[in-house]
Amino acid sequence: MFDAVFGFLYQFGDAFAFLVLCATGLAVIFGMMWVINLAHGEFIMCGAYVTVTAARAGLPLALAILCGAVVAGLVGILVERLVIRHLYGRPLDTIVATWGISLIAAQGTLIVLGPGLPGISTPLGSISAGGLSYSVYRLVLMATALAILAALYLVFNRTRFGILARATIQVPHMAEALGVDTRLIYSLTFGLGAALAGATGGLYAPTMTMVPTMGAQFIMEAFVTVVVGGADVFLGTAPAGAVLGLVKAAMTSWQGQLFGQIGLLIAVIVVIRVLPRGISGFLLRERS
Amino acid sequence: MLEDQSGDFALATIGKVHGIQLATDEINAAGGIAGRKLELVIYDTQSDNTRYQEFMRRVLQRDKVDAVFAGFSSASREAYRPIVDQLNGLAFYNNQYEGGVCDAHMIVTGAVPEQQFSTLIPWMMEKFGKKVYTIAADYNFGQISAEWVRNIVKENGGTMVGEEFIPLGVSQFSSTIQNIQKAKPDVLVTLLVGTAQASYYEQAAAANLHVPMGSSVNVGQGYEHKRFKPPSLANMYVTTNWIEEVDDPKSKAFIAKWHAKFPNEPYINQEAENSYLAVYLYKEMVERAGGSTKRDDLRAVIAKGDVCFDAPEGKVCIDPKSQHMSHTIYLAKVGEDHSISFPKVWENIKPYWLGDAGCDLTKSNPNAQYTPSNPPPKS
Repeated sequence: MFDAVFGFLYQFGDAFAFLVLCATGLAVIFGMMWVINLAHGEFIMCGAYVTVTAARAGLPLALAILCGAVVAGLVGILVERLVIRHLYGRPLDTIVATWGISLIAAQGTLIVLGPGLPGISTPLGSISAGGLSYSVYRLVLMATALAILAALYLVFNRTRFGILARATIQVPHMAEALGVDTRLIYSLTFGLGAALAGATGGLYAPTMTMVPTMGAQFIMEAFVTVVVGGADVFLGTAPAGAVLGLVKAAMTSWQGQLFGQIGLLIAVIVVIRVLPRGISGFLLRERS
Repeated sequence: MLEDQSGDFALATIGKVHGIQLATDEINAAGGIAGRKLELVIYDTQSDNTRYQEFMRRVLQRDKVDAVFAGFSSASREAYRPIVDQLNGLAFYNNQYEGGVCDAHMIVTGAVPEQQFSTLIPWMMEKFGKKVYTIAADYNFGQISAEWVRNIVKENGGTMVGEEFIPLGVSQFSSTIQNIQKAKPDVLVTLLVGTAQASYYEQAAAANLHVPMGSSVNVGQGYEHKRFKPPSLANMYVTTNWIEEVDDPKSKAFIAKWHAKFPNEPYINQEAENSYLAVYLYKEMVERAGGSTKRDDLRAVIAKGDVCFDAPEGKVCIDPKSQHMSHTIYLAKVGEDHSISFPKVWENIKPYWLGDAGCDLTKSNPNAQYTPSNPPPKS
C-alpha cells in the first residue's frame, strides 16, 4: 500500500514539477507584462546549453544551473531592449516577434553549435521503494519547483522591486508619475522571466537530450499551465500545476503516455470552458 | 536530394547529406556515370512532412531530376511516396524502416525488420530470457516494428509482458519507467524516435532501471552512445548494417575518406553509409543500362537480380522482387563505458519477407505498404 501511494505521489510530484517549472517564466512575463513569449522554449534551451557547458568545464551542477539562469536572464534583458520594448500594448505583434526570435535562436544554435551537444549525466543516483527504484534527482526537482514558487512569492510581495513591479503592472502611468522607472521595471521583469526559463533548462538539462530544438519539448506544457492558471503566477501557476499534474499522473499510470497527454488537454478544455480567465481569474473574482 | 538539414531529425540526417555529396564527388572525379557528371539538387526538408511533398513536386516537375534520394522518418516517406508514384519518378529511401513498401518507384537501401529483428530478438531472448517489453514511438514506424517484435517473440516461445506507444515529442518518462519496473521484463525493446524521446535512456539510468535493451534505431542512427554520458546506454544491443566502429580495413578506408572531406563529422551512422552506397548503386544501374536514366531501363537491370555494390559493410545486392537490399547485419553491444563491441555478425541477410509474402515488382506494382497483419493479397 505504501509503495503504491509513494509511487503515485512520485509521479504526481514529477508531473507537477515539470508543469510548474515549464510555466513560471512564461507566467511571469505574461502575467506581469501581457507579452506572450513564444521564444520561451529557446530561453529554456539557452539555460540548458549554458548549464551543460559550464558543468562540463568543471563547475558544480548547482552553480552551472545558476550560470544558465543568469545568462538566459541577460539575454532576456537584451531581447527586451532590442525588440519587446517597442511592442508593448500590441500583444499580437509580440507573438510574431517572439516567434521569429525563437526560430532564429533554434536555427542559429544549430548552425553555430551543430545538431547536438554531449549531455551530462543525472546526479544523485536512485532510491528504491517496494521493489521499484526512483531517481533522487527528480525528487530534488520537485523541491526546487516549490522553492522557486516560494522565492517568487517573496520577491513580488516582500521586496521593493516586487512592489514597484506590481504598481507598474496595475497602473503604469500612475507608477510613472510617482517616479518609478517603468521601462527599467519592464526590462527587469522580462529578464526575470527569461532567467526562470533558463533555470528550468538548467534543471532539466541533466535528464534530457541536448539539441537546439529542445525548447519545443517544454512549450506545450508551459502554455497549457499558463492558460489554465491565468494571469497570476501564485494563484494560477501553482494550482494549475497541481490539477494538471494530478490528471496527467493518474491517466499516464493508468493507460500510458498517450492517455496522459489526452487527459491533460481535455482538462485544459474543461477548465477554460468553465473558468475562462483561468484558475487565478476565478480565485481573484471570489476574493473581491 | 531531399534530406533534413534542420529540425528535430537533423542530428541523424546531416550524415546522409554528406554521404551523398561524398559519393557524388568521388564519382565525378572519376569521370561521372557513363561519361556524364552527376549534378546534385539539394533542398532542406526541415524534418517537416509537408516540405517533402512540396520539394518532391518541385524536383520532379521543375528541376526534372532523374533520381531522388529522400527521406528519414517513415511518416516523411509515406508523405512523398504518392507524389513519386503520381509523377512517375524514382526515389531512393536510404533508411532503415519498418519494412513492407512494395512500390516500383522506390528503391530502399536501408535495413528492414527481417534483417534487424529476426536476428536481434531471438538472440536476446536466448541470452536474457523470454519476457519482452516494448516501448515504441506512436506512428507507423513504431507501430509496425512493434508488431514484428510481437510476432517474433511469440514464434520463439516468449511472452510480451508489456507494450507502450509513446507520442513523438514526449520527453518525460517517469511513469513509463515505473510501468516497466512493475512488469519485470528480461528484454526491453526500445523503438524510440527523435531527440525528445531519446531522453528516456538518461532518465531510466537515473532511476536505476537496467534491463538489457534491444533496438533497431538507436546507436546506428542517433549515435546516442556518443552523445550521452556513460553508462546510460550500457547493455543496449542494436542490429545495424554498418556503423563507424566496424573495425576492418574497408571501413577504415571509408572513414578516412569521409573525414578528409568532412573533418567535423560527429559520427558516421548506418544511414550515412546507406546514402553513400545508394549513389554507387545508381551508378551501377545506369551504366549497365547503357547510360539511360529511364526508370524502366533501370528496373530491367534490377530484374536481372545481380545489381550489387561492394559497400563498406560488405557486398550488398538489390532484390528484384521488392527492390530492397541485402545487408551484412552487425550486432552492436554498448558497453559500460559506451564502447561498441560486436558479439555477432550475420552475413548477407536478404530482405526476404516482401518477396515471400507475395510482392513481386517484376510482375506487378501495387504501390502499397504491407505489414505482417496486412500482407499482399494472394493472387
